[in-house]
Amino acid sequence: MSAAAIQRTSTARHVLFILRGNPVTAIASLGTALLVLIAIFAPFLTPYDPIASDVAHALAPPDAAHWAGTDQLGRDIFSRIVAAARLDLFIAVTAVGLSFVVGAVVGGFCGYRGGRLDRWVGRFVDVLMAFPLFVLAMALVAALGNRMENIIIATAVINLPFYIRFARAEVNVRRNAGWVEAARACGDSHLSVVLRFLLPNVLPAMAVQISLNLGWAILNAAGLSFIGLGVQAPTPEWGIMVAEGARFITTGKWWLVAFPGLALMLTVLFFNLLGDGLRDILDPRMRT
Amino acid sequence: MSVLSGIARRVGRRLLSSIPALLGVVVVTFVLMRVLPGDPAVFFASGPSAGKEEIEQIRHQMGLDRPIPIQLARYLADVATGNLGHSLTTGQPVTQDMERRLPASLELTFTALVIALLLSVPLGVAAALRPGSPVDHAVRMLCTLGVCVPTFVSGLLLIYVFYYLLGWAPDPTARLDIFASTPPDITGFYLVDFAMTGDWSGWWAAFTQLLLPAISMALFVLAPLARMTRASMLAVLGSDFIRTAQSVGLSRRRVVITYALRNALLPVLTITGIVFSTMLGANVLVEKVFSWPGVASYALDALLASDYAPVQAFVLLMATIFVLVNVLIDVLYGIADPRVSIE
Amino acid sequence: MTDLLRVEDLRVSFSTRHGMVAALHGIGFALKAGETLGIVGESGSGKSVTSLAVMRLLDRAGRIASGRIVFQGRDITRAKHGDLRSLRGAAMSMIFQNPRSALNPIRTVEQQIVDVLRAHKPITLSAARAQALELLRAVLIRNPEQRLHAYPAELSGGMCQRVMIAMAMACEPALLIADEPTTGLDVTTQKAVMDLLAGITAQRGMAMILITHDLGLAARYCGEIAVMERGLMVEQGPTATLFQAPKHPYTQRLIAASPTRRSTLADLAQGEPVAPASVIQRPPGTGPLLDLRHVLKVFTGDVRAVDDVSFSLPPGGSLGLVGESGSGKSTLSRLICRLIDLDGGDIIFQGESISAIPANDFHRSPRRRDVQIVFQDPHDSLNPRFTAFDCIAHPLRRLEKMRDGAALTTRVHEAASRAGLPMDLLERYPHQLSGGQKARVGIARAIAPRPRLLVLDEPTAALDVSIQAVILQLLDRLRKEDDLAMLFVSHDLNVVRMLCDDLVVLQHGKVVEAGPSAAVFENPQSGYTRSLLDAIPHFDPHATAPLLQVAEG
Repeated sequence: MSAAAIQRTSTARHVLFILRGNPVTAIASLGTALLVLIAIFAPFLTPYDPIASDVAHALAPPDAAHWAGTDQLGRDIFSRIVAAARLDLFIAVTAVGLSFVVGAVVGGFCGYRGGRLDRWVGRFVDVLMAFPLFVLAMALVAALGNRMENIIIATAVINLPFYIRFARAEVNVRRNAGWVEAARACGDSHLSVVLRFLLPNVLPAMAVQISLNLGWAILNAAGLSFIGLGVQAPTPEWGIMVAEGARFITTGKWWLVAFPGLALMLTVLFFNLLGDGLRDILDPRMRT
Repeated sequence: MSVLSGIARRVGRRLLSSIPALLGVVVVTFVLMRVLPGDPAVFFASGPSAGKEEIEQIRHQMGLDRPIPIQLARYLADVATGNLGHSLTTGQPVTQDMERRLPASLELTFTALVIALLLSVPLGVAAALRPGSPVDHAVRMLCTLGVCVPTFVSGLLLIYVFYYLLGWAPDPTARLDIFASTPPDITGFYLVDFAMTGDWSGWWAAFTQLLLPAISMALFVLAPLARMTRASMLAVLGSDFIRTAQSVGLSRRRVVITYALRNALLPVLTITGIVFSTMLGANVLVEKVFSWPGVASYALDALLASDYAPVQAFVLLMATIFVLVNVLIDVLYGIADPRVSIE
Repeated sequence: MTDLLRVEDLRVSFSTRHGMVAALHGIGFALKAGETLGIVGESGSGKSVTSLAVMRLLDRAGRIASGRIVFQGRDITRAKHGDLRSLRGAAMSMIFQNPRSALNPIRTVEQQIVDVLRAHKPITLSAARAQALELLRAVLIRNPEQRLHAYPAELSGGMCQRVMIAMAMACEPALLIADEPTTGLDVTTQKAVMDLLAGITAQRGMAMILITHDLGLAARYCGEIAVMERGLMVEQGPTATLFQAPKHPYTQRLIAASPTRRSTLADLAQGEPVAPASVIQRPPGTGPLLDLRHVLKVFTGDVRAVDDVSFSLPPGGSLGLVGESGSGKSTLSRLICRLIDLDGGDIIFQGESISAIPANDFHRSPRRRDVQIVFQDPHDSLNPRFTAFDCIAHPLRRLEKMRDGAALTTRVHEAASRAGLPMDLLERYPHQLSGGQKARVGIARAIAPRPRLLVLDEPTAALDVSIQAVILQLLDRLRKEDDLAMLFVSHDLNVVRMLCDDLVVLQHGKVVEAGPSAAVFENPQSGYTRSLLDAIPHFDPHATAPLLQVAEG
């Protein structure tokens, strides 16, 4: 067996070991996998057309035909929740991916080099962080235009400061480590030290951050559409569904809010639990 | 005395050092509203049907035909003199609208923060004192679940349970029942104003009205605060100086409160700043759910009506409040942790 | 006289991820009032666990499985926390290593001492304050009135340890346990703190247990010594007897491995005299390999970290660079390795100036492979995401552009075997290796590209003495086999003397003394060198009496 193959099996065994000792992470990874599958195969999983209204059956409570009831236009809530999974996950993954790539590289170089670049980036991040981030996202969507891609940009921008600061701090504590100086003594340039040594070492910690941020990004995107920004009705989206259901809560029609709310909650929960679990799996120092 | 003057110096220095951030905030707000795609003149025109000439005229009036640096300078001057423009929806100067509505938002946010701190710190400490116990597991579960429920969902579910099912809570709209009389306008904070005039039934009415929105906001930030308290308390309890305190035979009370908790609260204080920022954002959602007449719902209505002056003012106001709160936290931190001033 | 403290068959275990792990396998010792006992052992021997168990300060995971601890005639093995509280601080107290972190960072020195006093005595606040001041005087802190209101962060490490001593003796306990009280302090501070501790305990008739890894320290300050290895007390007895005629093989090894004034490298590791495979004979009359001329490095704030330093090193020679923390020795080693730029002077390597090449571009210079470095902390010097093989292969891939294949594997194996690293460890990650093994990986990596000069930055400072001895021998052998010049940076004059032909003593970035090692050691010219030499806790197995009397006098 080649060295790489040995390493691969030992990684797989390590993942299994962690999952066996940590059922919560196992459930979270299963749940996340299920969510991704639902998002991919959403069109085949919906029992009803998510935007077809059926006024005769409006505001029907959950029953055998409509597992999660129907909304004010008689649309099947379960179908709408399933259809929305794709959109919500897409927004969150794209936004977090964007801010992760930009943040890791910018933060990594700032943390390693310090100096003027670091000071200016630091100042920029300070200004971004001086805004309550949800308010900043609102302002961004307002300025850029009330469209879905702008929701993604806004979510990415408000995530960015965390990644920059995180990568900066993590790289900064390691930049004087013996193995970094050793790499330079072995002939690596600064660029290669950052890209091949520091960032890969920071990655496990950032993976945890990514997982936690995905949950947060979903909450933000849903919050934006809840207040009427970004995704517009009748597109099924969890935030909009809660917003539409809000009008009926004082008359006791709980299912309009509770089920999309539950979908949001479970998604965020899975991502958060996965984040905690990932830390154990990705950190080779935990491997014995 | 020297302590006080030290604090005063610190406040002053910190305020000065927050000026660049505030300036940055103003510039970013300006960039967002003026430079990015989208013609503000169209927004500020009388309506979507406004003619080309009218728009040109507004462009000229607003100085939008001037170079950007001059526009920025004018904008800075306007902000400095408190001139934030007029709202199209209310027809009033934005500053005036904001002044009237700000106390409602602040009352809500601060009540929520107090509720969250009063619950989370004892919970976090209890969990850290007995790691692995049922209390600890319960707190950790609460922390995990707490951050997963969006404020707007928990708010609506609270309404369903406490207003619709149990009937304990009043109608979840506005700060007071529409038929109740408002207190005389002293501070704008209803709880304070009612208390000052001795109108306790009015105070109770305002309090019950405030409770649900404040709780739904507190629930969302309870988790990060409790989690941080637990983590930092655990870290401090495991630290060398706690072992020292035990090795010289200090009483448990002294070890836990004076030695451990006071040190453990330092990171909690820091995270309170971030939590406060989250709450200012969550304000928008909670005010919408509970039809709370604060600045956030005002800005939101304006935003959806493409009325941009209030939005701009709102963003600026929130950022300013947040910067000031951070100054406050920083000063408190400096008082609590002598290491800061040693450097 | 009855025993003050008696420990019988003490067993302690810890619950870990892998189940219960025993840390102490039944140890016993006794101590009478006023006696001093040194518990000596290397890392993992259980010496700290012993002290924490006696104080009943084991953390949650630790448990006394069996045995008895009898203090002042009372069995405290299962005593309740309330009872322990009145004992701790009043009858027995403890001093820890890392004095800075052992004090509460947000309480003043006065508050912390007053807390101790008021926890045990019914005295008023003002009386307690007055006594706190007296205590600071007793531990010889300068300007005690001002220091009372200082926070720990405002004090130096040595000063913090004095405050810690003041707290520990505040209520005049009968027993003081000092757990590595001077580790991490500079040698000159170490001596002052230990002298103070010995003086105070002797004066007040307190018994002391000194926990240390340093045989010299124990020999100098203790009347009795107990040696621990892997949770067992392998030997104990009066200091003189134990050092003169150690019975247990481990004690013998430990004593042999500890450098003394007279020991040579061959003495350190018994039974392992590995002669160099071949000694290269150099044609005489070549110029110096490395020549430093008026090297200057200034940090922000006009701090001259390295100030006008000149010396030279012949090919295959060995030079020791000695100094305490802040002497600029580490900065100098990085300057020579061209990891940072200098602000003045010149570095000549094989007759060619290498200081003109900016540090940023030096990785492209052909000289890069000629100058390699071994770092201080083996834990910190290996990339956690590389296997040992990758660590050693890295310089070959970068500097010699070697691709994966048989040639690379051969070179890595060659370097590893020369560094004494077993081949089956090559696939492991750093966290799966011991400290000594990591040190070997670091050395193998540095010698892999076959450099001409090896800079060693305190390569053994983080290692136990027995491992240090082996590593020092390894380095000496490598130097002779390869005609490899070595620059050995260390705070430990004794170690430098054994390994290096010449030495340079640095203080505040300046050279205060330079010359052949033996000469400097026997007849130091500068006062600073003399104080460094005096501060090293030597012990002499052949001395007739322990040096304790010196401290008492």
